[in-house]
Amino acid sequence: MLVAMETPASAWPNYRPLADIALLVEFGDTAEPAIHNRVIAFDAAIGAAKLPGVLETVPSYATLMIHYDPVATDYYALKTAITSLANAARAAQTTPTEHVIPVCYEADNAPDLAAVAEQRGMSVESVIAQHLSGDYRVYMYGFAPGYAYLGGVPASLDLPRKPVPVRSRPVGSVMIAGGQCIVTTLPMPTGWWVIGRSPAAILRPESPKPFLFDPGDRIRFRRIASFDAP
Amino acid sequence: MNHVRLTAEQAGPLTTYQDRGRPGLMRFGVPLSGPVDRLALATANTALGNPPGATAIEVSGGGLTLAGGASPIDFALAGGDFTAAIDGNRIGSDIVATLPAGARLTIRDGSAGNWACLAIGGRIIAPAWLGSTATHALAGLGGGRISAGDTIIVEATPPRFDTPVPLPPPPSDDGPIRVVIGPQERFFDPEALEFLTTAPWRIGAAFDRMGIVLDGPPLVPTSLAMLSEPLVRGTFQVNGSGTATVLLADHQSTGGYPRIATVISADVDRLAQLRPGTPIRFTTIPATEAIAIARRRHTAIAAYLATVANPASFEDRLRGSNLIGGVVDAADPD
Repeated sequence: MLVAMETPASAWPNYRPLADIALLVEFGDTAEPAIHNRVIAFDAAIGAAKLPGVLETVPSYATLMIHYDPVATDYYALKTAITSLANAARAAQTTPTEHVIPVCYEADNAPDLAAVAEQRGMSVESVIAQHLSGDYRVYMYGFAPGYAYLGGVPASLDLPRKPVPVRSRPVGSVMIAGGQCIVTTLPMPTGWWVIGRSPAAILRPESPKPFLFDPGDRIRFRRIASFDAP
Repeated sequence: MNHVRLTAEQAGPLTTYQDRGRPGLMRFGVPLSGPVDRLALATANTALGNPPGATAIEVSGGGLTLAGGASPIDFALAGGDFTAAIDGNRIGSDIVATLPAGARLTIRDGSAGNWACLAIGGRIIAPAWLGSTATHALAGLGGGRISAGDTIIVEATPPRFDTPVPLPPPPSDDGPIRVVIGPQERFFDPEALEFLTTAPWRIGAAFDRMGIVLDGPPLVPTSLAMLSEPLVRGTFQVNGSGTATVLLADHQSTGGYPRIATVISADVDRLAQLRPGTPIRFTTIPATEAIAIARRRHTAIAAYLATVANPASFEDRLRGSNLIGGVVDAADPD
């Protein structure tokens, strides 16, 4: 997904103010690991620096949103402080956590698996093998609480979303669209293709760490024969 | 503590429990939630001696009717021009009062505003999710929606307001809605950027806790080819058909539509309170000015809440001094 921009590549990162409440740092305009690594490293550096007035940071594919308290700091002070963290961020050796997530691809738990196979002109077993072969990365959370966007879906499984969303799929649905994969945490309407179901609890409200993944984590899927509700 | 059980006899579809919300979790896809009108929550709670971010009931256009419990309770209503009546006798808007045991409290949407907060003296007991009772309406998480037949349980403080006391008018502003351009203004023609501030806009018919739709010129983006990225409250985004939406308390944490501008924090909640069809204008300001406005507003709100914290003396003050006018003036230089 390449986006035409006026800014030359050498100008990254870009800093943009969002009214009086946030500063957006842009590291690029494509979804690729090298750019995302910079987002994650900057996020970690800002978290470690404990800059006054910073309320929370939100990493995504190629940008980092920094929410601040305008009474405690301002856009320019923050931009200066963050710019000085660039070297720290560059040096940061982040070792992402790896997770192995079980998936059941059995038909009852994979309502769209046959349709994906038909559209991509391959067998159901090939779709499963392709999905299992992917080396996934948590690019960001979005859409709903606990919905982690996993990049790394093999190009052979790249499909657009369905034109009309389906009302509700159960929690743990493993679904793909637009080169991304999500394991759902809440029953929400979706236009993505559900190809399996996982018993892994990604959203655990009672846990001291309520969200299993952090942005930047790596994921591999492991096939299981039957789905056992967590 | 005295537990009092109130019964919802009638509730509009957007009636929910809200507290200050759940900050710090947008990186996990969790919006802040909390009240659409943040000053209304702080005002209603402060008037009763509750912590400003305590759990209250957010009421929308559908109104709310509560049957009182076995003991009297204190309540405060703030936000918009919503009205309260006890057993059919209207006591006013922006008010603190005691609801006698067994009496009926009726909240209606009055002449202005889409959202109000009803706080109750003491502590409302509601389910928490990730440390907050705020309702995330789309997912139904948190305290949740209040429907007819539901019971509201309160650890009530002793009642103090046999005579209803009006709250002082909050700092207000009727000027244009101020925005800072960006961050995706490069996805729009110069003409669209001009329309933003020159066109006559109106509040559209559709709103909820996630956002408010605006009626105006189609600001069609020149491209939709952008990656999803984090959103903020006040984001002015435009979809592929040119429909403009300003994002509110329950907004999704990320999105992929171009964002032409961001409404400043001082103006987001008053925009959300304008009723469908209301004409509005936007004006652009630099980020530095937006920050200066936020600081002035912070000071004005602190002064206002300090006045609200002592409601027993409101009436005396209203009679005896121009302090209330002074508070309003403090927010006006913007």
